[in-house]
Amino acid sequence: MSGHTHVDGHLPHEPEKATLEGRNKVLGFWLFLGGETVLFGTLFSAFLALRHQVGDGNPTPMELFDLKIVALATFILLTSSLTSVFAIQSMHTNKVKPMIWWLIITVLFGLAFLGLEIYEFYHYVHEGHKFSTSAFSTSFYTLVGFHGAHVFFGVLWISILIAQIFKKGLNVVTAPKVYVAGMYWHFIDVVWVFIFTVVYLMGKVG
Amino acid sequence: MAHGHAVKRYSGLMDWLTTVDHKKIGILYLLAGGFFFLVGGLEALLIRIQLWKPLNDFVAAHTFNELLTMHGTTMIFLAAMPMIFALMNAIVPLQIGARDVAFPFVNAIGFWTFFAGGVLLNVSWFAGGAPDAGWTAYAPLSTPTYSTTHGLDYYVIGLQIAGIGTLVGGINFLVTIINMRAPGMSFMRMPMFTWTSFITSALILFAFPALAVGLAAMMFDRLFSGNFFEPTNGGNAVLWEHIFWIFGHPEVYILILPAFGVISEVISTFSRKRLFGYSSMVFATVLIGFLGFMVWAHHMFTTGLGPVANALFSIATMLIAVPTGIKIFNWLFTMWGGSIRFTTANLFAIGFVPTFVMGGVTGVMLAAAPADFQYHDSYFVVAHFHYVIVGGLILGVFAGLFYWWPKMFGRMLDETLGKFCFWTFYIGFHLTFFVQHFLGLMGMPRRVWTYLDGLGFNNLNLISTIGAILMGIGTIAFLLNVVITALKPKNASNDPWEDGRTLEWTISSPAPEYNFLQTPLVRGYDAFWKEKMEGKKAMVPAEPIGPIHMPSPSILPFVMSVGLFIAGLGFMYAKGDYGTGIWASILNNHILAIFGLAITLGCMFLRSVYDDHGFHIEPDELHGDKGVKA
Repeated sequence: MSGHTHVDGHLPHEPEKATLEGRNKVLGFWLFLGGETVLFGTLFSAFLALRHQVGDGNPTPMELFDLKIVALATFILLTSSLTSVFAIQSMHTNKVKPMIWWLIITVLFGLAFLGLEIYEFYHYVHEGHKFSTSAFSTSFYTLVGFHGAHVFFGVLWISILIAQIFKKGLNVVTAPKVYVAGMYWHFIDVVWVFIFTVVYLMGKVG
Repeated sequence: MAHGHAVKRYSGLMDWLTTVDHKKIGILYLLAGGFFFLVGGLEALLIRIQLWKPLNDFVAAHTFNELLTMHGTTMIFLAAMPMIFALMNAIVPLQIGARDVAFPFVNAIGFWTFFAGGVLLNVSWFAGGAPDAGWTAYAPLSTPTYSTTHGLDYYVIGLQIAGIGTLVGGINFLVTIINMRAPGMSFMRMPMFTWTSFITSALILFAFPALAVGLAAMMFDRLFSGNFFEPTNGGNAVLWEHIFWIFGHPEVYILILPAFGVISEVISTFSRKRLFGYSSMVFATVLIGFLGFMVWAHHMFTTGLGPVANALFSIATMLIAVPTGIKIFNWLFTMWGGSIRFTTANLFAIGFVPTFVMGGVTGVMLAAAPADFQYHDSYFVVAHFHYVIVGGLILGVFAGLFYWWPKMFGRMLDETLGKFCFWTFYIGFHLTFFVQHFLGLMGMPRRVWTYLDGLGFNNLNLISTIGAILMGIGTIAFLLNVVITALKPKNASNDPWEDGRTLEWTISSPAPEYNFLQTPLVRGYDAFWKEKMEGKKAMVPAEPIGPIHMPSPSILPFVMSVGLFIAGLGFMYAKGDYGTGIWASILNNHILAIFGLAITLGCMFLRSVYDDHGFHIEPDELHGDKGVKA
């Protein structure tokens, strides 16, 4: 129950599940991700329903999308998922310093992804693909933007966790936080895989 | 280690604003839900007064649209949902032998965001017009083209904020029921109310995010010139119907399942019999929850989805009658041969059974797609859903309140006044809504401001209005009962009905802060009844007496919801024309909205950074407490 009775170096094997609070947090977060799945499922449905409603004279997905940038963004985000796994593995072997480094790398990859996405959106707006242009553009920006907002929130969240680990160390209170942040990061990665397929690849083939 | 932390205790108003105790949060839900129930009821009465005679002009046509929209929205989201959460908070942790819910802090967030959303929605009355597109807010009526006031903005933002509260509340109860059960309390030993709360929470988890997306999409259309539902730019109005009902149909099962649970508990207790067919009840509950997601398009038979879709959704809908029928027969067989006591709680429960059957029968009638083309948007539909929601859910909530009132407040509600409340409400209910079936079949459309003379609608509408007034009298009798009871001494015993079967009746009324002095050992279904039958007066404890860990109270949930409230107003009024003054620069640049969001995110930051160590109640402080004795 009381996390701070443990000191560094004497952590149980899976510190995120060592306390009832930790187990509650992990289970609650799995359920939350279930709800998030419905959220993105609905956004995908709306996008699929509206993606052909481009309107006259507006840029089509085939003209807009540049797969090179999107592929780079995909590569960066998938790699960040791998680095977040390394962070959790370091946590399980109780290596705090490597864990913090892997988390920092994850955040940096997340920022790089966001940078590319902002550049991409900026570019689209210049080509006349604004939020209010058509039903296609609205549903595109809503779906991809919701995902981008999730990445942004994840970057903030993991940054705060890094600071906390620095200050408080790894214990049975902080370990579940890192673990669920890792789950969150994987989830937004999986969502991106679907966005890459449904929005960009399907957009390119028409 | 516990001695290192000072115990933070607040009193008075601050106690209620900062509480993370599920029993107090349950009372807050009841107060807020009860308040909105009265507001929604008042709106209903105004609707009925307008319709009591043909060509009446008691309220203006536009006001009538606002009234019917706000009546539906308020009753579903701000009265029914919180009253369910009130009972779940007050009872579920006690029924599973838990000291607390899994996430007490999140539980408080759930209440305060619901409350902030509800207040925001009702602020619209004083801010230039309430929402007026029906509680379903169908596009294109709800798009900026046809709805130019801020009414629908209040709807989309108020419901989004309230929806956050419901969603996190659902997750909290799922984790609580999965992880926090007392030793021996296996899933198939859980009381029926806990089971139905569990399934309802799962439905909340998978239904509310769809509503969140629908509302966000409509918000983008309204506030940021999006095109989701704007046909001129390629948007699709039918998309809104799909998204709304993918949420909306599970929502009706979210509402009714906990009522099923209450009825099961009350009928079993007051028949002095084990619930008939417990396993089939659990199975039926799960099946109803599952099928609830498969039937949304039966609200859209006349939209034009085609005969194949209509046929499939028609069959899926009729299937739900099977598990529901199982439940009805189980309740009847529970009463069969039992020694029935007609307490007020049991009157409401027994009254529920035939009423709900009638609502179910009209449900199957509506499920027949070809016939639905006749019933659609007529008063027949209004009669149907009031039979299942008022005749189902509200009778269930009343039964639950009379049954658990002593466990929540330590006082028994007055039975004489209670029976008066039951009979006036019950007769009033049938008077109001039974005749509406026939009004519908005669062709009176729903949501009309008035009707012409000579159509044969006059007498039935008059009867309906008289019934509504009778329901109002019943509700006033309940309020009077609450006031009278509050003035009486707090003297309810642990097991005031003397036939309690489940764990909540093993502890004092009201339950102590920590619920169970010692976690009980559960040895079977109807855990307390099993001990009673073996001649024991208390549960076997599963642990020695020791210090009890409690979470600290916190003001953050309240502040977070205030932040969301401010952000909601900021987004709504960002587009207006305010000239060039200070307000223009604050509102037009979304500064107020960002300020509100910053408050909420700041609270999340504080919560993450400062660990809550809670405090311990030591065994010597517990001395002399009644604990788990019966």
